[in-house]
Amino acid sequence: MGYTLNKVFQGFYKDSVALMRLSRDLAAMDGVEEAGLMMGSPSNKQILMDAGLLADDGAAAEGGDLILAVRAKDATAAQIAADTIEPEIMSQTRAATGDSFWRPQTIRAAAKANPDANLALISVPGEFAAAEARKAINRGLHVMMFSDNVSIEDEINLKNQARERGVLMMGPDCGTAILDGVPLAFANKVTTGDIGIVGASGTGIQEVTTLISNNGGGISHAIGVGGRDLKDEIGGISTLMGIDRLDADPATNHIVLISKPPGKTVLPNIMKRIGQSAKPFTVCFIGASDLDLPANATVARTLKDAAQAALGGDAFAETEISETGSNNNGTEIRGLYSGGTLAAETQLILLDAGLEVVSNAAVPGAGQLSDDVDGHKIIDLGDDEYTQGRPHPMIDPEIRRQPLAEALADSSVGVVLIDIVIGYGAHPDPAGQLAEMLIAMPGKDDTIIIGSVTGTEQDPQVRSSQVKALQAAGIHVAGSNADAAIAALKVPGINS
Amino acid sequence: MASDKDTPSLLGGKLSVINVGLDKFATELADHDVPVVHLDWKPPAGGDPALAALLSKMGA
Repeated sequence: MGYTLNKVFQGFYKDSVALMRLSRDLAAMDGVEEAGLMMGSPSNKQILMDAGLLADDGAAAEGGDLILAVRAKDATAAQIAADTIEPEIMSQTRAATGDSFWRPQTIRAAAKANPDANLALISVPGEFAAAEARKAINRGLHVMMFSDNVSIEDEINLKNQARERGVLMMGPDCGTAILDGVPLAFANKVTTGDIGIVGASGTGIQEVTTLISNNGGGISHAIGVGGRDLKDEIGGISTLMGIDRLDADPATNHIVLISKPPGKTVLPNIMKRIGQSAKPFTVCFIGASDLDLPANATVARTLKDAAQAALGGDAFAETEISETGSNNNGTEIRGLYSGGTLAAETQLILLDAGLEVVSNAAVPGAGQLSDDVDGHKIIDLGDDEYTQGRPHPMIDPEIRRQPLAEALADSSVGVVLIDIVIGYGAHPDPAGQLAEMLIAMPGKDDTIIIGSVTGTEQDPQVRSSQVKALQAAGIHVAGSNADAAIAALKVPGINS
Repeated sequence: MASDKDTPSLLGGKLSVINVGLDKFATELADHDVPVVHLDWKPPAGGDPALAALLSKMGA
């Protein structure tokens, strides 16, 4: 065990993406064994302690302090690494220095100076997020809350407060929205059109909006509501308010709803609200069955079905992937997903084909993932167990490295399914990073890898460039996540 | 089909954002010509979440 050094920057904040980049730089320095840069919250200190990175100085830090933690081969190497990274930590970011930015310290000051502001986009650590949202709603601002780890009690209170003020409370844990044609947080640059979306799933919204855009349609607005909105405790407050807005919006002619199955007491209220609208609806409640829909609504089983239904029901062209079977004769499908709803969509398609499926984010009909359970394993790498103390896999695709290596080394796995989600907020080159990861992995030539790219040509990463990078790495690329799952079923030896 | 320019606003006015947290969200909005103020945010109340929640309820 080497030497562990902690340095505490009191009352100093830097966002988690910047800290991830700096942590990487620190860890790559000469003689450094492990390193981390984290705000001094109790949960972060626990993570540092578990990693053997917490020294006495760091243990004494407060929630508003930044901890630099480095373990190196000796004290000199640790000190040199810390001294080298410190100027980077202290340097200002682009948003702080750009000419067009002024930086008030509170929402109150920002709202006073900018009376036209109408939306607060909140992505601070979850333990502080509700307090900031409360201030924003009090000032009549709509809120999009990207932060997660917010209590359900806070969510209920914030959504009730927002309803009273007549503003939208999107989130917590709202990763995606497109408002007035502008992608917010994790979203794609799509064609503007007449299809509006209300969704409790970020990657679900991304898959449906991009499929619509890539197949000749367009999006008016996409309103994210957070993954828990349709639970009975919340009552679908934001979903119902989102429907109201889109129903009254002259640019929206068709409304798509995307969510996990709603709670028992919420479902009738959603159905009633749909029935009051003169507009047609497509309802995609992933994993729900026996929905009793009003006459103006159509049910969609998968995200791809939802996009097709919103565009009039004609089937999109399917991707043909011809394979004669894996070289290792593996019979199992292993799904490694950054998008939770994409993982759910794949589970449904496999279940509908009669396969046994297990997952750490199981849909109705699938089993829970554990070491001693048989079945095709579909893993949501965005789940809390993988993201504790680190960014989501759509920002940091490194999370996929270890499970991918394990899948390729496992001779029972014949097909690996993956998703690449691009757009604003996402990693600048996830396909390139995956390709680079694969180079060093044994077993990659014996296993069939099938994936899809959720995104558009107008996204910063450019969908076709990402597709080419995957294909060059030997990955089969389908036109949608659903098509990738269907292609996996067609591989000889799998569907049995 | 509507062009990008004539989408009516969903929020009752041209989108204008106060960004609280991740820096990159502010720069991406600015790249879309959306007016954005990026807060110089620090954990309030010395990093004590319970006190921060109390202060926000008091309208601070």
